Amino acid sequence: MRSLLSILLIGVPVTLILCLVGLSRGFIEDSQKRARGIGADILMRPKTSSLLSLNGAPIPSQMIAFLAKQPHVKLATGVVNVAAEGVTLGATGINYEEFIRMCGGFQFRSGGGFQRPDDVILDDYYASQTKAKVGDTITLLNGKWHVSGIMESGKLAHIVMPVKTLQERLGNGGNVNQIYLKLDDPANTNPTIQYLTNIPGLADYPIYSMEAFTSLLNVNNIPALAGFIAVVMGIGVVIGFAVVCLSMYMAVLQRTREIGILKSLGASKGFILGIILSEAFFLGLGGTILGIIMSYGAAALIHALKPASLPMIIVYDWWPIAGSITIVGALLGALYPGLTAAAHDPIEALSYE
Amino acid sequence: MSNGDIIQIRDLCKTYRVGKVDVPALRGVDLDVRKGHFLSIIGPSGSGKSTLFHIIGGLTPPTSGKVVVDDKDLSAMTDPERTRMRKRTVGFVFQKFNLLPNLTARDNIAVARYIGGSDAKPEPEFEEVLRLLGIKDRLDHKPNALSGGEQQRVAIARAIVNHPAILLADEPTGNLDTGNSKTVLEVLRDLNRRLGQTILMITHNPEAAAYGDSTVHMRDGRIANRT
Repeated sequence: MRSLLSILLIGVPVTLILCLVGLSRGFIEDSQKRARGIGADILMRPKTSSLLSLNGAPIPSQMIAFLAKQPHVKLATGVVNVAAEGVTLGATGINYEEFIRMCGGFQFRSGGGFQRPDDVILDDYYASQTKAKVGDTITLLNGKWHVSGIMESGKLAHIVMPVKTLQERLGNGGNVNQIYLKLDDPANTNPTIQYLTNIPGLADYPIYSMEAFTSLLNVNNIPALAGFIAVVMGIGVVIGFAVVCLSMYMAVLQRTREIGILKSLGASKGFILGIILSEAFFLGLGGTILGIIMSYGAAALIHALKPASLPMIIVYDWWPIAGSITIVGALLGALYPGLTAAAHDPIEALSYE
Repeated sequence: MSNGDIIQIRDLCKTYRVGKVDVPALRGVDLDVRKGHFLSIIGPSGSGKSTLFHIIGGLTPPTSGKVVVDDKDLSAMTDPERTRMRKRTVGFVFQKFNLLPNLTARDNIAVARYIGGSDAKPEPEFEEVLRLLGIKDRLDHKPNALSGGEQQRVAIARAIVNHPAILLADEPTGNLDTGNSKTVLEVLRDLNRRLGQTILMITHNPEAAAYGDSTVHMRDGRIANRT
C-alpha cells in the first residue's frame, strides 16, 4: 500500500512535466500547422510586433494593394488577428475571396463560407469544444456571430470571420495586423523579402518567409516558457525526492528488524543501502510509468474538453527525460533513509519491536 | 588455534554506555570451546549470556580482552571485517525465529546463501539436512503459514546453510511449546552428532541445557562454573 501510494505521488509530477511540455509543443505544432496551411510564402507583421504578440502599430489596408503590385507577388491579403480566449485561442478576420485563392479553400465538415456580414467559420476543434453547429448564434469578442460553416482545422485560425465586420466591430479604422503574400514561385521568396525591405517605409516592418516564421515558433523563443518548464521539472525532482525520502524512511522504520536479520546474516552496509536504493529506483520507475499512463489520460481529457484552446500532444522523447529526473529525485530521496538503515546497530535492530 | 579449540576467550569485558552511565555486561570471561562441541550456556537474565553471544557472533566488539573464533581474532577486527566474518563463520538462531516475513522458507535460506556469496540454491547435500530438520515439504510456505517449531527449524537451516564454524542459538526454544522444543533440541543434537556442528546454546531451561555436552553457568557477567 505504501509503495502504491508512493508510486502514485511520484507519478503526479511526471504527468505534470509531460502535460506541460506536451501542451507547449502541441500549441507550437498547432500554430506551425495552421501557419503552413495558409499557403503564403511571405508574412509581413506590424512594426514593433513580437513573435507571439501583434501589439504595435497596425498596418494600413492600403499596404495590401501596394504589396500586391510588387515584383513576383501573385496575391496579397491582409488579416486581423485578435485573441478570442486567453493567449492560446485566436480569431482572425479575412477577406474570404482572397484568402480562399491563397490557401486553396477550406475543407468544410458542414455548412460553407460567409453569406452574411456576421458569419463566422469555426474549425472542428473549436466547434467540438463549444458544441457549436452551423446556424447557431454564438457570442465572441463581445458580439453575436452566426455560424456559417465548420471547417477542418489546420488553416490560419480556429475562428474565421469577415475582416470588414471585425474591423468595424473593433473600430480599428480599416487596418490589418498581418499581410500574407503568395509569390509566382516560392524560389523567389528570399529575393522578394530583400527587395521589400529595401523599399523606403517598409524597413521597419518585420518581414519573414513563412518557412522562417514557423521555424521561429519553438519553446526557446516563447518568453519564459523554457524557464517555466525548468521550474516544473525542479518541482518534480523535489516532490520525487520528498515522497521517496518519506516513504523509504517509513520503510526503514517498519523493517528495522529485517535489517537486523540481514546484518546478522552478514549483509554489509553497502548491501543494505543497495536494497533501499533498488526499491527507490523501482518506485521511481513505477512512478514514471504511471505518470506516462496518466499523461495519456490528461491528454484525452484535455482533447475532450478544450481541443482548440489546449492542443496537447504526447511527447515520447520526454519520457526518458521525465523518467531520469524522477528516478534521480527518488534515489536522492532514498539516500538518507538508506544510510540510516545501513548504519543500524544489528543488536538494536534485532530487538526492535 | 591450539589444542582443537574453535573458541578461545580471555578476560573478556564488555561495557555498554547507557546515557551517562557505564553498564558492565561482561566482567572478565574466560572460555574455551572445542570444535564439534555442543555447549549450553545457562544463567539468569542480565548475566551476560546474550552479550557473550553477540561478541562471539561479531555483532558487537568487545571492550577489552581477547576473543579468537575459528582462528580469527575478533578483538582486532573492524566493523566490515566482523560483517564478513558473520557471513560464513557463525550462524545465528534466535528465540523469535527472525525469518524474513515476506519470503518463503526456501527464499529465507537462499538469502543467507546469497549474502554468504554462494549460489542461492543450496548444494544437493543440503537436502539431507533439510530432511533431518523435517522441513523439506514446507519450504514453499511463508513464515506465517508455518508453526513455531517449523519456523525455528527453517531458521536453523538458514543458520547452517553456509557451513558456519559455529552455530549460536539464543534461547531457541524460548517461544516454543514442549513438543516443538523437544523437536528443535533433538535437531540441534543431531546436527552436532551427525555433522559435527559446533553449537553454543543459551537457555534458561536446565532440561534444554542437558542436551549439550557441557554447560556453562553465568552470573553477573562472569562464568560461575562449568559442568
